[in-house]
Amino acid sequence: MELKLKVLLIGLMTAATQVATAQNSNIGLPNTVEAGKAFSIQSSGNGKAVLYIVGPDQVLRRDVELGGTTSIPAGTLYNAGHYVAILVGASSTDSGAFDVVPTNQPAALRFLAKPSRLPVGLHNGISGVVYVFDSYQNLITVPTPVFFELPNASGSVQTHSVTSRDGAAWLTLDSTQKEGATNFVARVGGISSARVIEQVPGEPCGLRMSARQTGQKLELQTDPVRDCSGNAVPDGTIVTFTETYNGSQSTADVPLKRGIAHIEMPAYDGARISVASGVVMGNEIRWGR
Amino acid sequence: MNKGRLLAATLTIATVALVVMGTLWPNQSAVALAGGNSFLRPSSTPEAVVTNLAQDIGRQDWRKAYSSLGNKAEFSEADFLRDLTGSYPSLRTYATLDSFELRPLHASSSDAQIQLKMHWSTVIGTFLDIRNLHVVKNGDRWEPEWPIVKETRVPPQVIPVNYLRWDVIYRGAGDDWDAQDVEVPHVRIVDMHPVERSDGVVILGELLNEDAVPAYVSVKATLQDKNGKAIATEGSFDKISHLLLPKQVTPFFIPFRDVALADVGSVHMEPLATLVAASADPVIEIEDQKFNPAPGATLAGELVNQSGQVVSIAHVLGTFYDKNGQLVWVADQYIDRALLPQIPVPFSINVPEDIARKVGNERTITTAYSSGGF
Repeated sequence: MELKLKVLLIGLMTAATQVATAQNSNIGLPNTVEAGKAFSIQSSGNGKAVLYIVGPDQVLRRDVELGGTTSIPAGTLYNAGHYVAILVGASSTDSGAFDVVPTNQPAALRFLAKPSRLPVGLHNGISGVVYVFDSYQNLITVPTPVFFELPNASGSVQTHSVTSRDGAAWLTLDSTQKEGATNFVARVGGISSARVIEQVPGEPCGLRMSARQTGQKLELQTDPVRDCSGNAVPDGTIVTFTETYNGSQSTADVPLKRGIAHIEMPAYDGARISVASGVVMGNEIRWGR
Repeated sequence: MNKGRLLAATLTIATVALVVMGTLWPNQSAVALAGGNSFLRPSSTPEAVVTNLAQDIGRQDWRKAYSSLGNKAEFSEADFLRDLTGSYPSLRTYATLDSFELRPLHASSSDAQIQLKMHWSTVIGTFLDIRNLHVVKNGDRWEPEWPIVKETRVPPQVIPVNYLRWDVIYRGAGDDWDAQDVEVPHVRIVDMHPVERSDGVVILGELLNEDAVPAYVSVKATLQDKNGKAIATEGSFDKISHLLLPKQVTPFFIPFRDVALADVGSVHMEPLATLVAASADPVIEIEDQKFNPAPGATLAGELVNQSGQVVSIAHVLGTFYDKNGQLVWVADQYIDRALLPQIPVPFSINVPEDIARKVGNERTITTAYSSGGF
């Protein structure tokens, strides 16, 4: 069924293009029509005819009296684009073309914000793109001011205004220095859309551990692990403890829990113990002598 | 033409002869493991009784195997079964005896020492179980004494754990086209090194999860010739720790068979990462890890499960560096016994002799699989 409709549309479009190029138009058409607005079409002559209007994803058929005015009510043509009108009478065929343009009133916006998760303090790390649409989901191509809002670490909100070009407005922003989920908001007129950007702590900074003997074991524990901006590195981050003694080695990959990593390892006098997380090295302890 | 006929006739005769020989004098362990009867007279020699025992184990006829032992008083049949198949779900539980070998170590008129090498087959390959059996003569019969390995059992208890887990809600089919999806974890290859071996080229490397969320990772490598044309593409398969927690590093090993390093112009690396639900537990500590140099070079140590969860299968990956910190080898081993809380389990990773001579330092990580998921 859909295929048949498509074939019909393509056929009508082809016929209309041929007719439009072959004949002078005797139909009175507006040059542009705002999407969804009512308009009328004048015709000359007399007798009965059939009016076809063919456009993007829409085809209309109306029986008309030549020499009169045909009204197209509001909400009939709403897809922005180039339309062709064909008037088929008993003895002649006339045609003309007009454009349906988006309304200038933004009714919806599409907001692409990326990435949804990134480290704090990343230069131009966040990108936002907004597409502005009217109430019929036509892309509004006239320049429209779009406001982007991203809360700062201090709680204040940084606002940027970008005028859309060809229907899109975009910008890039640095991620803030404070970790946590933040609402990245795009606003056009009274319409807004928000995306959650999760800013995660960076690499651990000043990784330090301490050791305490409990029986035959050595209790190793890091200080609360933070990044260079003072944000607590999230739980689950792996901290690697390595103990080297007399040519043998003990290692453990320990996830942070409640901000610290804790493990018990064999207590050897003279053992050398180091701590690291990813590519970041921490302090080293020589136990005992 | 005559030569061709002669060759065809020779091949036919040789094939028929081999089939007849195989039928009349089949490989005993193969026959026995396939369910056939033993060709050895029971109890006639120390080798015969150990062969019979191995065949019974291969057929999983635990009762018959146990009843043939000379030291039954030292342990029960259930202990014997647990020794072979594990007390808790592990690689042993699902393994089948693929083949076995005997090696007489000592023999006298009253006793003998025989080494039994059992090759167990599992989904991740085979593992070797070596037992030295003392065989004693009891009247006119020989009886093997099983060197029981009693798995330590953990008393029933409740172990409190601060459970840390990540769950993920992905973008759904009903979401609008501009809806965000969860960001793919950011991973980075921090080291990569091609090595030429006798059977081809191996790509060794290390992969870091530099994100704050867990990642399911794998690495693909494409060898390209000097004109940039692809020679071959391979993946790391199981020579990698697939689950990487935040800031965790895994080695990877990608073999390319029958490729010469001289033919390789460049290597295209493709690290792949997916966000997955994961748990930060269990934590496996590697204790007393020691590199034993060639000959018979190994990296040996003990795994200690620091969590309360029983680990069914542990995969140990060793990364070997030379004295300058350059990556020289990656090797692995699956542990065939379950890891119980705080009970050390030994591991030993073999290292090729030529590589072993270069090793200056090593690093080991483990991946744990528990029955019931990660």
